[in-house]
Amino acid sequence: MQFLSYLISGISLGSVYALIALGYTMVYGIAKMLNFAHGDIIMIGSYVIFFAFGSFGMNPILSVILSMVVCTILGVTIERVAYRPLREAPSLAVLITAIGVSYLLQQVAQLLWSANPKSFQSIVTGIGLKPLVLFDGQLTISAEAIVTIIACVIIMVALTAFVNHTVPGHAMLAVSEDRGAAQLMGVNVNGTIALTFAIGSALAAVAGALLCSSYPTLSPTTGAMPGIKAFVAAVFGGIGSIPGAFLGGVLLGVIENLSKAYISTQLSDAIVFLVLIVVLVVKPTGLLGKKINVKV
Amino acid sequence: MKKLISGMLAATMALSLAACGGTETSSAATGSDGSSSAATSEGGTTAEGTGTPIHLGGIGPLTGDNAAYGIAVNNGAELAVNEINAAAGTEVFALDFQDDESDSEKAVNAFNTLLDGGMQVLVGPVTSNPSISVAAECASENIFMLTPSASSVDVVTAGEGTAFQMCFTDPNQGLTAADYIADNSLGTAIGIIYDSSDAYSTGIYTAFAKEAGERGLNIVQTSSFTSDNNTDLSTQVQQCQQAGADLVFLPIYYQQASQVLIAANNIGYTPTFFGCDGMDGILGIDGFDTSLADGLMLLCPFSAYGEDDTTKTFVSAYEAAYGETPNQFAADAYDCVYAIYQCVQDGTITPDMSAQDMCDALKSAFTSMSFSGTTGENQTWAADGTISKEPKVYQVQDGAYALVGSEE
Repeated sequence: MQFLSYLISGISLGSVYALIALGYTMVYGIAKMLNFAHGDIIMIGSYVIFFAFGSFGMNPILSVILSMVVCTILGVTIERVAYRPLREAPSLAVLITAIGVSYLLQQVAQLLWSANPKSFQSIVTGIGLKPLVLFDGQLTISAEAIVTIIACVIIMVALTAFVNHTVPGHAMLAVSEDRGAAQLMGVNVNGTIALTFAIGSALAAVAGALLCSSYPTLSPTTGAMPGIKAFVAAVFGGIGSIPGAFLGGVLLGVIENLSKAYISTQLSDAIVFLVLIVVLVVKPTGLLGKKINVKV
Repeated sequence: MKKLISGMLAATMALSLAACGGTETSSAATGSDGSSSAATSEGGTTAEGTGTPIHLGGIGPLTGDNAAYGIAVNNGAELAVNEINAAAGTEVFALDFQDDESDSEKAVNAFNTLLDGGMQVLVGPVTSNPSISVAAECASENIFMLTPSASSVDVVTAGEGTAFQMCFTDPNQGLTAADYIADNSLGTAIGIIYDSSDAYSTGIYTAFAKEAGERGLNIVQTSSFTSDNNTDLSTQVQQCQQAGADLVFLPIYYQQASQVLIAANNIGYTPTFFGCDGMDGILGIDGFDTSLADGLMLLCPFSAYGEDDTTKTFVSAYEAAYGETPNQFAADAYDCVYAIYQCVQDGTITPDMSAQDMCDALKSAFTSMSFSGTTGENQTWAADGTISKEPKVYQVQDGAYALVGSEE
C-alpha cells in the first residue's frame, strides 16, 4: 500500500515534468534550440495565477486561462525579440541568449514581486475537488495528483493529434524535418516557429498551475530546477519526440520518488542521473528518439 | 533589432541598479556645519561630530536564490543606520551594501571593493559559505567583521578572533533544541527532516542527533533533501508518518517548512513540529494558510510578535519603511549596527581611526561588553566571536507566536 502511494506521487511529479518537457521538446524539435527560459515562463505563469486566483479571487479555471494568455504573449514576444534575430546565428549564440532571457525573467520577477516566497493556493482544491480515499483510508490520493496525471495524458494525446492531423501541425513536422525545404515548399517558417512557442508557453502556464498546486512554494526561482529536470526528461525520452517527453517525464518522476523512498533521500538525484547516463550510453537518441542518418 | 535588445538590457540593468540604489544612505548634506555634536538623547559622547561618518560595509545576496535573506539584512542595517543618523543629527554611519549572490568568490570580490571604498567595519556576510571565505580575509587584513546571520562554527574559526556573530552557532541551536525537547518530554518518537546540502541545516542536525543520543531521545526516522530535489517533500513526510514519529524536528528554512506542513496536512498527519530560527518567517509567507502552522514550536531569539519595547519600535519602523514584517535576519542586522553604535557612544571607536585600529578596539570592546537588542537581552561575546544569549521557544497559536518560556 505504501508502495502504491509512493508510486502515485512519483507519477504525479513525473506528469509535471512531462508537461514541462513537452514545451522543451517541441521547441527543440522545430526550432532546433534549447529554450532555457521555459522554466521561467512557468514561474511567470504561476505568479499570474497566484494574483488572479489567490489575491483577486478570480475563478480558478479563468485564472488558468488568463495565465495561458499571458504566457503565450510572453513566449511569442521572447521568440520575436530575442530568438528570431539569431535564426541564422550559430546555435551556441542562441543557447546563451536563452540563458540570458532566463536570468532576465527571474530578475524582473524578483523586482516586481520580491524574493520572498509565496504560498500558492491549490487551484485544484479551488474548484472543489476532494482527495480520493481508498481501502478504508489506507491510501489517500490527492486531487492534485489525479488532475495532474489526467491533464498530462489529455494534453499529450491532443498534441500528438494536432501535429499529425492538422495543417499547422504538418507545417511543424515539415519545418522540423528540413527548414530550408519547408520554406521552399511555401511553409511560413517564422509563423510556424512562433506557433510552436505559443503552444509551448501555453503548456507552461498549465504546468505552472499544476506544479504549484502540488508543491505550493512560489518564488522567482521556482521554475529553474523543475525546468532542468524536465529538460533531462526530454533528453531521456528522446528530444523532439512528444510521446518521448511524456514517457521520460513520468519515468524520471517515478525513479526519483521511489529512490527517495527506498534507497536514500540524498542520493535520489544521483540515481536519476545514473539511469539517464545508462540509457544514453545504450540508446544515444533517448528512449523514443529517432535515429537520424546524416548524409555526407 | 540588436539595438532594441541592448536597449532592453540596458533598461533592465538600470532598473535593477535603481532597486539596489536604496542601500547607499543619503550622504553629505548633514554634516556641513561641523560645529557641535549636539543631539544625543542617551547622553553618551557621540562621534566627534565632524560629520565624517564611520564607513560600514555590508555583503549579502540581493539577487538569486537567497535574496530574501540578503534583502532583509540590508533593510535591517539600513533602518538602524537611518535611525542613528537621524537621532544624532549628524552622519554617524555610512552604509555601503554589496551583492554577493551567496557566492564565496563574489563575496571576496565585494569585500575588496568595500575595502577600496574605505570600509572600516564589516556587517556581513549574510550566508555561511561566503562568510567563511570573507572571515579569512578579515583575519589577514585585520578588519572587524560582525555577521548578522552566518551561524556556522567555521565562520568564527576562519576569522581567528576578528569575526563575530550576532546569531547562535548551528550546533548551539541543535543542542538547545534537543535539551528542550528532552526536558519537556515533547515527543516519544522523533522524526527529522533536514537539508543535507545546506551547512546551516546539517550543522543543527548533527548537534541535535548527538545530544538526542545522550539524552535518550528516540529518533525513529531521519530523512533529508537537497537544494536540487526540494520541489517535492511529500515522500519525506510520508516516511516520518510511516515510522510513527509524534514529533518532527525541522532544522530547515521556512520555505521548505511550509511545504512540509502542507504535505503533512494533505495526508492527515499531525505530529508536533519543532523548528529553529530558520523557521521564523513562516507566518509571513503570502497566501500561506497559517492555521496549518498551529501548534508549531520554534526556537528563535527574535519574534516580530514580541512584547518588549525594543522589538515593538523596531517592528513598526520596519513595517513603515519596507511594507513587510521583519524576520530574524532583519532583526540581527539591526542589532549588529546598534551593537557597533554602542561602541561609538562609549567612545571606543571614532571615525578618524584606521580600520585596523578600529578592529583591535572593537575586539576588546565586544568581548567585555553586554548588548541588549531586538534579538535578546544582555548578550555577550566570547573571545572566539561566538555569542551567548538566552534561547526562547515560541509556539504558534491562532496565527501568532506565543512565548512558551525558556527552559532554564
